Amino acid sequence: MADKSYEIMQSDKIESDIEGYLRDQENKSYLRFITCGSVDDGKSTLIGRLLYDSKLIFEDQLKNLESDSKKMGTQGGEIDFALLVDGLAAEREQGITIDVAYRFFTTDKRKFIVADTPGHEQYTRNMATGASTADLAVILIDARKGILTQTRRHSFITSLLGVKHVVVAINKMDLAGYSKEIFDTIERDYRTFADDMGFSSIQCIPVSALKGDNITESGNNMGWYDGPTLLEYLECVDISTNEENAPFRMSVQWVNRPDLDFRGFSGTIVSGEIKPGDEIVALPSAQTSKIKSIVTYDGELETACKDQAVTLTLEDEIDVSRGDLISDRNNRPEITDQLQAHVIWMHDEPMLPGRPYLIKLANKTISGEITDLKYKIDVNSFDREAGKTLKLNEVGVCNISLNDKVVYEAYKTVPALGSFIVIDKMTNATLAAGMIDFGLRRATNVHWQAVDVDKSTRAQQKRQKPLVLWFTGLSASGKSTIANLVEKKLLALGKHTYLLDGDNVRHGLNRDLGFVDADRVENIRRVGEVAKLMVDAGLIVLTAFISPFRSERIMVRDMLEEHEFMEVFVDTPLEICEQRDPKGLYKKARSGEIKNFTGFDSPYEAPENAEIHLRTADISAEEAADQVIKAIEENYL
Amino acid sequence: MSINHLEKLEAESIHIIREVAATCSNPVMLYSIGKDSSVMMHLALKAFYPSKLPFPVMHVDTTWKFREMIEFRDRFSQENDLDLIVHINQDGVDQGIGPFSHGSVVHTDIMKTQGLKQALDKYGFDAAFGGARRDEEKSRAKERIFSFRSNQHRWDPKNQRPELWNIYNSRIQKGESIRVFPLSNWTELDIWQYIHLENIPIVPLYFAKERPVVERDGMMVMVDDGRMPLKLGEVPMMKKVRFRTLGCYPLTGAVQSEAGTLTEIIQEMLLTKTSEREGRAIDKDSNASMEQKKQEGYF
Repeated sequence: MADKSYEIMQSDKIESDIEGYLRDQENKSYLRFITCGSVDDGKSTLIGRLLYDSKLIFEDQLKNLESDSKKMGTQGGEIDFALLVDGLAAEREQGITIDVAYRFFTTDKRKFIVADTPGHEQYTRNMATGASTADLAVILIDARKGILTQTRRHSFITSLLGVKHVVVAINKMDLAGYSKEIFDTIERDYRTFADDMGFSSIQCIPVSALKGDNITESGNNMGWYDGPTLLEYLECVDISTNEENAPFRMSVQWVNRPDLDFRGFSGTIVSGEIKPGDEIVALPSAQTSKIKSIVTYDGELETACKDQAVTLTLEDEIDVSRGDLISDRNNRPEITDQLQAHVIWMHDEPMLPGRPYLIKLANKTISGEITDLKYKIDVNSFDREAGKTLKLNEVGVCNISLNDKVVYEAYKTVPALGSFIVIDKMTNATLAAGMIDFGLRRATNVHWQAVDVDKSTRAQQKRQKPLVLWFTGLSASGKSTIANLVEKKLLALGKHTYLLDGDNVRHGLNRDLGFVDADRVENIRRVGEVAKLMVDAGLIVLTAFISPFRSERIMVRDMLEEHEFMEVFVDTPLEICEQRDPKGLYKKARSGEIKNFTGFDSPYEAPENAEIHLRTADISAEEAADQVIKAIEENYL
Repeated sequence: MSINHLEKLEAESIHIIREVAATCSNPVMLYSIGKDSSVMMHLALKAFYPSKLPFPVMHVDTTWKFREMIEFRDRFSQENDLDLIVHINQDGVDQGIGPFSHGSVVHTDIMKTQGLKQALDKYGFDAAFGGARRDEEKSRAKERIFSFRSNQHRWDPKNQRPELWNIYNSRIQKGESIRVFPLSNWTELDIWQYIHLENIPIVPLYFAKERPVVERDGMMVMVDDGRMPLKLGEVPMMKKVRFRTLGCYPLTGAVQSEAGTLTEIIQEMLLTKTSEREGRAIDKDSNASMEQKKQEGYF
């Protein structure tokens, strides 16, 4: 440890065999940990002490520290280790740690990165940030106070972010009489509540950061404790995960194309191993190939593993772009556009279900929305609570709908394929972080999709009642002309509208349909469904279709709720229509060129109880449109 | 199979560098010619091999850099086929700004900070890589890897975007930009070890050699050219010195040393305990000075 003999040994080695020393250094393992606790728990003091005792403080820093300690006077002239780590000027003045700060130290066994994060509830997001890259969490407890609300919160966030190893540093033992009973009680209490949090190891250590007990050396005050010191434990804890036979996965970050002859896919391997010849599949396209080579600046590799940043070339020319996943062909991850995830909200602007956000997941940034907040989780009590929205620092389980397919894994299986951030489309701020629980089946999703943002909220947003104005009448009766005028007038009134026109629909949606009766019915059924979706979207829909059959008009009427369907009968005598004949259809029908023409060899069933009856022989199109507007205003708006 | 800590740091940095190339429209890599910059360039070459760097490299030249730095810069960029931009604040040159006439604070502000802002605006870069490490200085310990700057190039330490896992949010509005620090998680020892392991070329000034120096305000300053006004009685002495950091020669203190090889440098670094920036005049003004400078637009 940091005792004198060790230090001399290391110095000797550096002096006599620097090459050997450097070789030792290269093979060190790496531990990233987070410290959780509040100012009062002595967290900064603990880290400062670790840095100090592992001799990582340089002489000039020590000089600064001594002068600062005197100036601040917090430790009565003694060295205040906390001043070493409280970085930002504002924090130093207020004596609090606001943001995540990263510290580095090394011993002969390991290199360490410490994410020092604030403990207050208003900094939950900062703690989550620190925990996202940590292998282990050191949770501080003030021995005099025992387990507090914050201890539960810190443990919850640690567990939420999937940190597997926890050290409970029971601090300020010097102020608790170095009492074994106090330590035992806290340890028992902690294990009881943390039992089902999914940690693979929990180690409790009684320490005094201020006095240095059990930090790097045991000291003489707690002879009853025969476990490791904090540093001993951090040096030795086994953080390897059982990833034998984990399937290969690499998300493509950048397509490497220096010239026409080379096409490589660069990315960081997030699971498994790969070697040339391995069979792969690119997802979501599902095209298959084999690995041709693993290209690096230092030459081609025979094999590459998780965490390495490599460039792969493939045997076949298949289409792969950024955000695609190259996977073991025989063990593929799932693909979905509907997810359930735990979400931590990190912004002052609350989460709004239904609002479009950007979701960045595994090198892919796509539009999506949080369709449903299933429940919130109280970070202190772990209770589930109902809620409509998530505010800053709140955690919830959400259903998420994406505008495109993503390849994913559950966060607990492959964190790199199960984690995402939520970005505001307007400000680009990072709003939230999410961890995927599982993908949802589409059907399940449709069921709840309607629940949250529904027709009435959409309509409210548009300040109107959604409605279908169904114009029916003979060909050339003036349906489209009048509907067009009505739409203009509605627009002028600030209404949100859409005009579905018979001819236009037949060019696209219903291109496959002819004019036999079955097709006419299907034509109307489809238009009815589209109109219904638009009504659901909160729109005023105008349709201009001959729609000759009464039953189909009733069918559409029945698809909608009462008062959502207004039939507009454009009553123009056949003779007048035939006179107008703008498209020359009547002429063709009369000559027999067109079959099944309404009014000739196909019937028109005039409405019996149309909401609006326009007798166009007597009025102009403009007047007809005004009648429609008047009727809507009287009955609906 | 797993990788050791240096390999892990290397892979993380490559991931960061690639992410910028993939998501930003006009990035640039700032090149200060120091050892950290050399490591960053090396990582960038690795990230895109066999492609060339998909972005230019820019040196903001204060006109007071060591001559050996400039030689090294030009050779290195030629050998690696880099698209090198050298930017000098011409306004500053016209006003005759220099460290001797205007002092370190004014000189650094105008030639370095203002020069950098000028260059970023001139070329419209939306992302700029820097070689800063979190272990260098306290305010850097809190800075994100993707660090957001307003359209005035200001850093707001209270309003940083949360940065989780290795998912970086590189989206910005027009006029805003990002500073990206791929070496954030490296320590000074990591840098030296990596240079050693990978045989990365560095400026010879890091190695001890007989050089002409004068002692001023407790700092050994190398007389690199004729622009250095000698005070009465000041005579440059040949001393075996080296530099722990590199910057403007009048502002960079030399240390006496016998370390003539890379391993000797590392050995010396491990056995002497003075932190790295001690040799730089710029940090000494006040303890929180770096944070303040960064808020004003210093890299």
